[in-house]
Amino acid sequence: MENLVQAALANVNFSAIMPSLVLVCFGMALLLIGVFSRRGRTTHIAWISIIGLVITGIYTYIDWVNPETQFGFAGHVAQDNFAVFFNIIFIAAAGLTILISDDYLKREGYPISEYYALILFSTAGAMWMASGTDLMTIFLGLEVLSISLYVLAGMFRNDVRSNEAGLKYFLLGAFSTGFLLYGVALLYGVAGTTNVADIGMYLSAHKAALGNPMTIAGMVLLSTGFMFKIAIVPFHMWTPDVYQGAPTPITAFMSAGPKAAAIAAFLRILMFGLPELHAEWGAMLWLLAVLTMTVGNFIAISQTNIKRMLAYSSIAHAGYALVGLVAANEVGLSGILYYMLAYTFMNIGAFAVLILAGKQGEENLTLDGFAGFGYKRPFLGVALCVFLFSLMGLPPTAGFAGKFYVFAGAVKAGYIWLAIIGVLNSAVSLYYYLRVMVYMYFREPTEDYSWISMPVGAVISIVIALFGVLYLGLLPDCVMEMAKMSIF
Amino acid sequence: MITINHYLVLSAVLFSLGTFGVLTRKNAIVIFMCIELMLNAVNLSFISLSSHLGNMDGQIFVFFVMTVAAAEAAVGLALMIAFFRNRESIAVDDFSLLKW
Amino acid sequence: MEIMYFYLLAAVAVASGFMVVTCKSPVNNAIALMMTFVCLANFYVMLDAPFMAAIQIMVYAGAILMLIIFTIMLLNLGTAVARKGSHSVVWATVLALLIAMQGYFVINRGEVSGITGEITGEMVKKVGHTELIAKSLFTDFLLPFEIASILLLVAIVGAVIIAKKEV
Repeated sequence: MENLVQAALANVNFSAIMPSLVLVCFGMALLLIGVFSRRGRTTHIAWISIIGLVITGIYTYIDWVNPETQFGFAGHVAQDNFAVFFNIIFIAAAGLTILISDDYLKREGYPISEYYALILFSTAGAMWMASGTDLMTIFLGLEVLSISLYVLAGMFRNDVRSNEAGLKYFLLGAFSTGFLLYGVALLYGVAGTTNVADIGMYLSAHKAALGNPMTIAGMVLLSTGFMFKIAIVPFHMWTPDVYQGAPTPITAFMSAGPKAAAIAAFLRILMFGLPELHAEWGAMLWLLAVLTMTVGNFIAISQTNIKRMLAYSSIAHAGYALVGLVAANEVGLSGILYYMLAYTFMNIGAFAVLILAGKQGEENLTLDGFAGFGYKRPFLGVALCVFLFSLMGLPPTAGFAGKFYVFAGAVKAGYIWLAIIGVLNSAVSLYYYLRVMVYMYFREPTEDYSWISMPVGAVISIVIALFGVLYLGLLPDCVMEMAKMSIF
Repeated sequence: MITINHYLVLSAVLFSLGTFGVLTRKNAIVIFMCIELMLNAVNLSFISLSSHLGNMDGQIFVFFVMTVAAAEAAVGLALMIAFFRNRESIAVDDFSLLKW
Repeated sequence: MEIMYFYLLAAVAVASGFMVVTCKSPVNNAIALMMTFVCLANFYVMLDAPFMAAIQIMVYAGAILMLIIFTIMLLNLGTAVARKGSHSVVWATVLALLIAMQGYFVINRGEVSGITGEITGEMVKKVGHTELIAKSLFTDFLLPFEIASILLLVAIVGAVIIAKKEV
């Protein structure tokens, strides 16, 4: 008995999971505080969750300064630079989302205190996905993340669109979980372990296993599961509906944090677990990257609802990130990390402006609803323009630097055509982003936008996002160095 | 003699049945049951592989799959109840505001 | 003898799985699903995993299926005439056949890893399955176990805030 306890304790290494541990503790504390708070009072809960994220950020910083990789829990987590870099993305996404949420929830009539706890839990789940080195940890992190998001997407109980978004996300998410698990089962059958690095070692030691249909089938099914989560064409059907129906801050969060988490886990599995199959998954992802960029951009053109347009554009952006994964070299992979960070700032920033511009129910978030917006609300107009320029990928914004690195990686690895298709797609995307600006500045205003208030949290979040977009765009070197240190 | 392949084929058959059901049925709760069928097929694969390979990892994985299935059931059925309360139906055809 | 039993159970499992997919009334689907769960529990016993068989019955048949049936009753879906759905039968068939093909490949060319661990049927009988599971769960798989607790907490909180009527 005694030696069992010792064996269990020998595996425990709290410093390997410190950031997520802080988040989980704060999440549970928020649930309790919510019970003892008066109904409808959620502002203090939002600020406490911000404090939690700041403390998590401090621990993440300590992890970054400490160059040693922290392993723990019998090879289930590794707090390496890669995980730390993604932790920064998740913290940024969650922090910006919480800042824009409070006023929005009150406007829509759902001041639910559990909302903030669920965001913290889902961020912790994302961290386990990025730092997990065992398929089991990655799977459970994914589920913590997904289940929180099903709830958050369907949280507006009396709004049919939100219900529908939650239910649809749930059904398709659970469906994709089935595929993911079947892939894991087959890989487990081939390699006899669920540890990502051990699978990679087994495959490189037993070349015969590479031609085994079970390995290929396992890889394809596992990838299918992740592609549902990242919303890669042809597994993107749920994205526009869920993004449009979910509460807007959650849409912003889903398009940045969870997407980055799925990419992180996918990247780690492909690079550590299945590097021997690079030819196979490279070819598969090449095709899917082209499809994803093209379909996302072309359908976005025909959208008039801006929230839905941004949903389709987020599909296209996932395609740009895949380009770096196909290249799978230093520039491409660090480009993905950089791009996801940049995308977090620009996309949540754009959604923050949308939230402020919306009336209750958000029926006015169409192109016509933005006529003359730029003159009536100059600060918000300029901010939205900067975010849209960044989403287009024009210098001197973060989007340009991100796309540059990703495409440079593809060219360096010899995928010239892929880079050309990517650049052409960016040109297509100019059309629908510019159209918003045309409506903002060249149409006669039909409204005076007097309902727009400027709550502190949202303004802070827009300023941070603006700073992030411009900093990453003007001085990319420092962060790019960090990204280069973060890949394997 | 029952070999590992027997179990794996049975599991593949059950999994494809579940997939077929998810894609063809219209009732959200039936779709959910088909997803449970898929997860059970995966569990069968895991346990047969685990006993074939002689290590515990697969069975532990099944343990967690069951946990996840229970958690998903709780959240999913709550979402269905909320949807039903507003629409009096849980057929996915009635997802009309947002196209399916 | 054992193989006959296997085929019998497999036939029942596939038949009831087929009923889950095709039956018109959700209650019948649920009962067919229960049948599949019980068959799988039998297989788990045959595979020297009695503990898994026990929790298969307790969690799936006992908890999840009860939840599903309660929801069917609550929403009064038992009598609703299901509309004929055939929107994507072709695609569904193609996909299902692809996966079934992969099963065919497994039996023909695929090969399960040659690694053999130390856990054999005799050992399970001697030490006890529950003890073996518990030992790995609390030593090697401690972190997933803790994450699972957070997962259940999230599910509880989520289910309550969604199903509650008032804010």
